[in-house]
Amino acid sequence: MAVEFIDIVETSLAGIGTGSLMALTGVAFVIIYKATKVINLAIGEMLMIGAFVFYGFSAGLSLPIWASVPLTLAVAAVIGGLIERTMIRPLLKDNPVSVFMVTIGLTSVLIGVVELVWSAEPRRLPEFLPSQPVLFGEVFIPSKTAYSFVIAAAAMAVLITVFSFWRGGIALRATATDRAAASSVGIDVPGVFSFSWMLAAVVAALAGILVGSVGGISSAMGLFGLSVFVVVIVGGLDSILGALIAGLFIGWLEAMVGRFMGGEFKLLATFTILLVVLVVRPYGLFGTHEIERL
Amino acid sequence: MRVGTAKESYAADEGLFKTDTQKVWFGLLLAGLVLFPLNGSNYWMFLAVLVMINVISTTGLNILTGYTGQVSLGHAAFMAVGAYTVAFFDGRFDTPVLLNLVLAGAVAAGIGYLVGLPSLRIKGLYLAIATLAAAVILGFVFLNWTPVTGGLRGLNVPTATIAGIELATPDRLYWLVMPITVIMVLAAKNLFRSRVGRAFIAIRDRDISAEIIGISLLKYKLMSFAISSFYAGVAGGLWAYLFRVVTPESFPALASIFFLAAVIVGGAGTIVGGIFGAVFMTLIPEFLKLSATALVPWFPDASIYLAPVRNIIFGLLIIGFLIFEPMGLAEMWRRTRRYFALWPFRT
Repeated sequence: MAVEFIDIVETSLAGIGTGSLMALTGVAFVIIYKATKVINLAIGEMLMIGAFVFYGFSAGLSLPIWASVPLTLAVAAVIGGLIERTMIRPLLKDNPVSVFMVTIGLTSVLIGVVELVWSAEPRRLPEFLPSQPVLFGEVFIPSKTAYSFVIAAAAMAVLITVFSFWRGGIALRATATDRAAASSVGIDVPGVFSFSWMLAAVVAALAGILVGSVGGISSAMGLFGLSVFVVVIVGGLDSILGALIAGLFIGWLEAMVGRFMGGEFKLLATFTILLVVLVVRPYGLFGTHEIERL
Repeated sequence: MRVGTAKESYAADEGLFKTDTQKVWFGLLLAGLVLFPLNGSNYWMFLAVLVMINVISTTGLNILTGYTGQVSLGHAAFMAVGAYTVAFFDGRFDTPVLLNLVLAGAVAAGIGYLVGLPSLRIKGLYLAIATLAAAVILGFVFLNWTPVTGGLRGLNVPTATIAGIELATPDRLYWLVMPITVIMVLAAKNLFRSRVGRAFIAIRDRDISAEIIGISLLKYKLMSFAISSFYAGVAGGLWAYLFRVVTPESFPALASIFFLAAVIVGGAGTIVGGIFGAVFMTLIPEFLKLSATALVPWFPDASIYLAPVRNIIFGLLIIGFLIFEPMGLAEMWRRTRRYFALWPFRT
């Protein structure tokens, strides 16, 4: 079987398109982890609820796109803030395992809410991205993949700018480095916790809108979160750069494996990589290697 | 009322049953278990068997998560391993039931040992994610190793037959499952009176300190994984005999969360907590089903909302117990007992 070069290029580009969405969701995960040290297993479900809220606004209430996107992001911010205040904050002082298990419970709640309101059957989001396919020479890229890549890239550029220059972003980085020190120079640390969850929920909702517009939405789309999980572990839990690089890589790998070996091997490939990384380099490619002291 | 329970030796202090009251209650429990089938309802017998299977599995996860502190997100996958082992051996070679169950436990324990190997390098939440990865990979194997697992269609399991008696219905299967459950739960309780069990607890409480006082972390973590998976495997084997068919969808990822929820709700790190949690979590869906049926006259489509409401309640139970009662139902039970221990002299 001769694999054509152009086929490889197209698959790679499509994979990088998906990978950019994984990277964006991965960044949402990293924001939460950096600020609150919570491993948020519910990131895929936060993405899902964003997509469904968008569906509610754009299809249910038939609002135009320019209105429903900001409304969705606002609702997502409220949901993120609520989750942090009611479920995460009371347990932050406890051991990390309890908070982790709370996010497992959250997964189940969010799936239940979506199925209760919108039922379990898959739906399609209204078309809002241009449908003209993008051609680079002979290489064909589906329009939605291309445009969602552009949007995801823009969103990440904005995020990185925010973290580098805006006071709030710097406060978040300071809190991540040392909570006590941040607090003593006057940073409102609990505020940063809330802010990080709201920001992450917004980013996840944006990723959810894009993922949903490419592949449709369903109550099972939180499974996307599993791949995102692999992304952040490979990249390093507290590294935004790691999430970017690992996101593109895992997206590319899943596309290649899915195209040339068969769809059922996708998760196998990513999770094998996950196991290898966990055993060889548990803190990921760019993560901080924490040394534990008694 | 329970007074006058002074102990004179360490052996008495560490006994399985510390007071006569406990012995009496345990005797009553056994009598209740023996007399339970008299109710004669097939539905209740089915539920009882299902509850006991979940008790075994939850106790297994409790050994790993509650006592050794290693969170596992792959427990249902080990149950599936046990179920497939039983289906394979009973279907292919017609081996005796008890041997199948032991094999189911052993195979699951072997795989659990392998899954525990990353704990050489990683711990805590990273390990939880490694078990999730292992569960995904096991799911892949179930789906694609068609000669052994039957692929997507799964395997049919023959009726369990012991000494020529076919255990085809839940009320007969009860007499197989009930003694196994009692033995396995007592064995777990006993485990934590031994050196091994204390090593588990030490690892949970502070792994570095445990290592410093000479507990081999790798050895005991792997042992905990193997024992926990053994329990899951046996439970899965019994599950296979109850439902008589095993497919890749029998044990979805959500089932692992179910057992984790049972451990948390019941009370991590207590044997009685595992029992409470399993009973509670198994009966909640049944209770919801009954309430949905009762609501049908007013809300005709109440049953449609059953599955989502169940998901929400499962999640809220996990979150609520973690925030408000981290020690679970077992702690509520302990408080009630303490209240009555000196009743009516002091309240």
